[in-house]
Amino acid sequence: MELIEQYGPTFAKGLWMTVQCTLYGSALGLLLGMVIAFCSLSPYRWLKKAAALYVWLFRGTPFLIQLLIVYSGGPSIGIRLNAFAAGLLTLALFGSAYFSEIFRAGIAAINRGQIEAASCLGMSRTAIFMRIVCPPLFLTTMPMLVNTVISVLKETVVLSVIVVPELMYQIQTMAAETFAYIPAMLSMAILYWVLVEIIAQAGKRAEKHLGRYRH
Amino acid sequence: MYLQTLMEAGPVLLHASWTTLQISVLAILVGQLLGLPLAVARVTGPRYVKASIDVYVSFFRGVPLLVKILLIYYFLPGIGINVPPAVAAVLALGMASAAYVEEIYRATLSAIPTGQFEAAQMLQFSAFATWTRIVFPQALKNAVPALASEMITILKGSALVSVVGVAELTSSTEIIASENYRPMQMYLTAAAIYLLFTAVIETGSHRLEKRLSVGSR
Repeated sequence: MELIEQYGPTFAKGLWMTVQCTLYGSALGLLLGMVIAFCSLSPYRWLKKAAALYVWLFRGTPFLIQLLIVYSGGPSIGIRLNAFAAGLLTLALFGSAYFSEIFRAGIAAINRGQIEAASCLGMSRTAIFMRIVCPPLFLTTMPMLVNTVISVLKETVVLSVIVVPELMYQIQTMAAETFAYIPAMLSMAILYWVLVEIIAQAGKRAEKHLGRYRH
Repeated sequence: MYLQTLMEAGPVLLHASWTTLQISVLAILVGQLLGLPLAVARVTGPRYVKASIDVYVSFFRGVPLLVKILLIYYFLPGIGINVPPAVAAVLALGMASAAYVEEIYRATLSAIPTGQFEAAQMLQFSAFATWTRIVFPQALKNAVPALASEMITILKGSALVSVVGVAELTSSTEIIASENYRPMQMYLTAAAIYLLFTAVIETGSHRLEKRLSVGSR
């Protein structure tokens, strides 16, 4: 109990950092993933190959190695990032490989006729994308997207290795100072479990909300 | 330049890759040995067994791997069991994997039509023979692609074991990189080794899938 009183504020800060990393990492990953999905669906063979290679590289290597390449390896090719920026970038790169595969399947499943019909009705390309392609795309892919956001959340823990002051780092520091390792790890496990459940529930809500676009 | 660095780091990297391979294979075995019985219990067991397996699965799928590794690493000595870090690591990876393996087998087991159980009963198959000769062969076959990606997840997860001080590929690479000041080259080399392992698992699973699909409709 005293521990919670003493370390409460640092935990809150760490939690906020974790939430930020998850949100920004996922958002960047979603955008990048969408771009890669369009690359893999493009008519150019080299672009398709490049997208497939990207996905294979990022899905076939541990997140920790990717993080170390960006953070520790970056400076030797002239890219110097602080721990937070390197963490976000790696989360986005990692997430985008998974997001792009989901979008690729989702876009491929969209009825071509609807897009043709929309362009016959004189809708602009942006309008077609925003109003015809996106709603069913996000509806069908929502469960998988939520799962990937959860993976991103779970990978933020690894950022503690390069000293991003997120939840895991703060709790580990506390554990090292007080030797309360088991309570620290247990409370952390439960905290992350709760966070994951919150995201899963939010995903279900979003799915319901998008459900009105179902035809 | 790079070749020379690689020659110097080679023996350590090879040894570390071997450790990564051992940890991954053992964790895969633990995951299978725990996951399959859990799935059978989840499909056939009474309600309280189902509920407790659901809690186990939800917990181990909801908690980040690094937290699980540290939890088991600190927890075992806490209850008086002193094991080397590598054993705690294998146990953590294996228990985490069991939760995913259980879900995979649960899906393929529940996909087997009840008619087959009834037919087996009509033909005087014992319960044991029904499971081993009719249910498992089909369930295992259908689980191959999902199990392969689970194996890749374990392989990648083994990188986190570096945190508890097991000298596997990632931690050894970190040490080498801090000594020769070539982090980019060293980490890329490690990434290539992980990719090689991933590729082996992928090809193996494709081959197995092809061979197993011979008898199906």
